[in-house]
Amino acid sequence: MAEEVKAHITGVVFQVTTKVGDKVAAGDPVIVLESMKMEIPVEAPRAGAIKEIRVREGQTVQEGETVAVLE
Amino acid sequence: MFRTVLVANRGEIARRVLRACRALGLRTVAVYSEADRDAPHVADADRAVLLGPAPARESYLSIERIVAAAREAAADAVHPGYGFLSENWRFAEACGQAGLTFIGPSPDAIRAMGDKPEARRRMAAAGVPIVPGSAAPVADVASAERVSAEVGYPVILKAAAGGGGIGMAKVSTAAELPGAFAVAARRAQSAFASGELYVERYLQAPRHVEVQVFGDTHGSVVHLHERECSIQRRHQKLVEESPAPNLAPGTKRGLTEAAVAGARAIGYVNAGTLEFLVDADGAFYFLEMNTRLQVEHPVTEEVTRLDLVATQLRVAAGEPLPFAQDKVEQRGAAIEVRIYAEDPARNFLPSPGTITRLSLPYGEGIRLESGVVEGSAVSVHYDPLLFKLIARGTDRAQAIERLAQALDACVVEGVKTTLPLLRTVVAHADFRRGQVHTQMLEQGAFHG
Repeated sequence: MAEEVKAHITGVVFQVTTKVGDKVAAGDPVIVLESMKMEIPVEAPRAGAIKEIRVREGQTVQEGETVAVLE
Repeated sequence: MFRTVLVANRGEIARRVLRACRALGLRTVAVYSEADRDAPHVADADRAVLLGPAPARESYLSIERIVAAAREAAADAVHPGYGFLSENWRFAEACGQAGLTFIGPSPDAIRAMGDKPEARRRMAAAGVPIVPGSAAPVADVASAERVSAEVGYPVILKAAAGGGGIGMAKVSTAAELPGAFAVAARRAQSAFASGELYVERYLQAPRHVEVQVFGDTHGSVVHLHERECSIQRRHQKLVEESPAPNLAPGTKRGLTEAAVAGARAIGYVNAGTLEFLVDADGAFYFLEMNTRLQVEHPVTEEVTRLDLVATQLRVAAGEPLPFAQDKVEQRGAAIEVRIYAEDPARNFLPSPGTITRLSLPYGEGIRLESGVVEGSAVSVHYDPLLFKLIARGTDRAQAIERLAQALDACVVEGVKTTLPLLRTVVAHADFRRGQVHTQMLEQGAFHG
């Protein structure tokens, strides 16, 4: 069952730390957002493989926006 | 005195500096990014120059664009504020090369104090006590292990080029060191383009007490007393006050003497702050020197009744300090709190957005330094400080009472802020007794 990984804050994508196909554990950072001089990881809600990454570095994302999808 | 000052900053500090310039009859130039077109600091200045897009490195952190803006607006001096380029020696140097007066210390002083191991060496040589640790950056994990064993665990790893708590890691045991070292080095590399780390003994629950100093080009160096800044989150201050409560007179004397000796040893000119950690026994250790105006400078202004920004301008113009040490009195008490667009209920996560409602207090002994107005957009691109609230009293109890009432009267809607936490701090028995230390917040003293 696919599951969307959503940004929990508004920020700019600082780093995409995973790629499609990567296996992640629950709590692993999928991407890192930068907001107000802080770097904040967006973590995988559960274990799984990255199916899709929907953002690129430098892009602004809103709170609640899907940044990646887990298999 | 120069005629036109460009303020290379935004938010409350840009407004504070612009106000001081106007009071001296100087022409003012603001700079702004595309995200800040409607920001209050832009309207405050006689002229405003667009720097570029919202990201700071294309606007407020671009030396080239700021120097070009100064040329375009025929400015003859530049005030850097705090943050951004204020502690970038290359910027100070670029200003000098462009024929602009940099309102701050020399590039050499900025460079020496910005290199933390170098700062420790220089201060130790001047007789200022420093925390036991590595004299130079440690080359690898093995050297970090050797130094840590010498000074004793727990230790703290710090980025040699760093500041603001970024890249710092506490290490409790030798077993934790290799992992913590790798993480801290990586963070330092990404934040400061240098992964160099040094090791220091970690002090348990110390206080953060700092001393404001001022030097002029005529060889005078004075101190403007101390500030207590222990209440912090992520090593960044939330509450600051002067005088520091419950500071033994001997400790206070030691701190101010050490600060003046340190500043004198490096030929320091303009406003600066030496930060110290003070342990439970009153022993104190140099932490770092900030070679710029501090965020919390208003508490010093309120107790000394001196204008630090106006003094910065005068000193940068070559005038002697307008006050001698024995005329710098510390009267009454003043406390500042920082209202950040952060959610204290979610571990201080940033809370960007639009301020839909803003109602700020006023009254006897209350001072506000705000970078926002109702309708302001709070951008993800910049520091989350919205405004500072400063309360002054004839004594600390009165300052606290005024502050508590003023905090209750603050209304900010549209973004989450640190206001609820600050209200809890100011009501807390330990704060009211002046029993504070740097780890209170993370230890959960202000929960609930």
